[in-house]
Amino acid sequence: MKPGSVAVVGAAETTEMGKLPHVSNIMLHADAALNAMEDAGLKPSDIDGVATAREVPTEIAHYLGIQPRWVDGTSVGGCSFMVHVRHAVAALEAGLANNILITHGESGRSQVGMTPRAIGAGMLEGQFQLPYGVMNPPTMFTIPVLRYLKTYNIPIEKLANVAVVQREYAAMHPRAYMRDPITVDDVLNAKMIAYPFTLLMCCLVTDGGGALILSRADRAKDMKQKPVYILGVGEGAETTMISQMKDFTSSQAFRISGAEAFRTSGIKHSDVDHLMIYDAFAHLPLYGLEDLGFCGRGEAADFIWERNTAPGGNLPLNTNGGGLSYMHSGMYGMYALQESVRQMRGISPAQVDGAEISFCHGVGGMFAASGSVVFSNVAP
Amino acid sequence: MSDQKPRRPVPKPTPETQHFWDGCKNGELILQRCMDTGKAYFPPRPFSPYTGSRNVETFRASGKGILYSYVINHRAPANFILEPPFAIAVVELEEGPRMMTNIIDCEQTPEALELDMPVEVAFEHLTDDISLPVFRPTQS
Repeated sequence: MKPGSVAVVGAAETTEMGKLPHVSNIMLHADAALNAMEDAGLKPSDIDGVATAREVPTEIAHYLGIQPRWVDGTSVGGCSFMVHVRHAVAALEAGLANNILITHGESGRSQVGMTPRAIGAGMLEGQFQLPYGVMNPPTMFTIPVLRYLKTYNIPIEKLANVAVVQREYAAMHPRAYMRDPITVDDVLNAKMIAYPFTLLMCCLVTDGGGALILSRADRAKDMKQKPVYILGVGEGAETTMISQMKDFTSSQAFRISGAEAFRTSGIKHSDVDHLMIYDAFAHLPLYGLEDLGFCGRGEAADFIWERNTAPGGNLPLNTNGGGLSYMHSGMYGMYALQESVRQMRGISPAQVDGAEISFCHGVGGMFAASGSVVFSNVAP
Repeated sequence: MSDQKPRRPVPKPTPETQHFWDGCKNGELILQRCMDTGKAYFPPRPFSPYTGSRNVETFRASGKGILYSYVINHRAPANFILEPPFAIAVVELEEGPRMMTNIIDCEQTPEALELDMPVEVAFEHLTDDISLPVFRPTQS
């Protein structure tokens, strides 16, 4: 890709987020999409490409009255939207579409009109994981962590601290679901979910959605919003079975995706003013900081403890409060992208002064996949 | 509550995994090995994940390994045999591959579940066709 060839021209979350039993899953997609089109000054008839995950893009396009000539239904978990951005950049550069809409909506908490998900008894997961009492991400995504903590001799307090620091950012966001300050003791004394993870080290379960609209930069110049340029993109994958992750202290998907985003953008780590790392659980920012190369192996917990990523630190991280405090409908990647776009537009309630480059990194499944996007408000 | 129903999700073998479950039924843990690299692998498939070669063999594993990592689940899955809190663990087998399991004959506490402790395989009867590999601390 050519850095800056494509820009975000529309971005929005759903009108409401949180507990929304009065809105269905597909309407969350549509509400976010309508808000993003309004943000961009575009109508459904202007959109000719649609991407979404979990739901099929055909359904979303038809519901919105869009007649696409390009669709992408890549569904690799919560980072699918980062991956859609990457695919959309390629499609826009190739002229396969002019205005691509990426939608996410999820009635994760209220479960209104959700597409059922099931693991068959003959699938590899059904044969080799499901019989052991795994239920959902808190009982799987967390399994590598004791090995990580032992390998680097990291005390549990420093894992808990990830949630504490992110809550400081959430407190600044009127739309964040959890905004009250917390301490390391609060985190450690919260209800135990799956040792060593307490409730406050696990993401929220809420309802909501978000949407992005991407166009080529030459077209974006004349549109309603100041363009937010895509400088680089990456994606990666490893395994859908957490037990088969090669290295329990490092994600192959993160390393591949992150390195590709740095390579395509041509930026250095020191160029990054703002960082988002999808945090379904408190350990993810640790793996992310290390696998993306911002910290050495085993150093991320201290890096956060020493307040480098906290408000006023030199590498502000998860400035919306993250999946731990802001919102998490199930596929959180879209909300990380939205915060990156807000930071590049200069309108985040936790705005990083003068930020010009935002690195946004997502995870899909349980270390199964990854997507990374480098944004800038300055044309390269 | 019926005692006849296995209170775990019962794996459904496929043509490529049948030999593994046949082994479990006979009290044997069966792995496969890539003949080109000599490296063992899991889960079962009729080709090497290291090279893509179909030149592989099955063999009986020692059934010995170490406790590699785990969580202790505090919530109850529906109709599940283990009462919470119970550990969902990954063991690393002597031959190299890792697999998910439960640890039996052991207190389900962080103190008792010590990382790197030696474990050995046991088989839990679920149905006439399926026995599930679980692991227990090795008796010294």
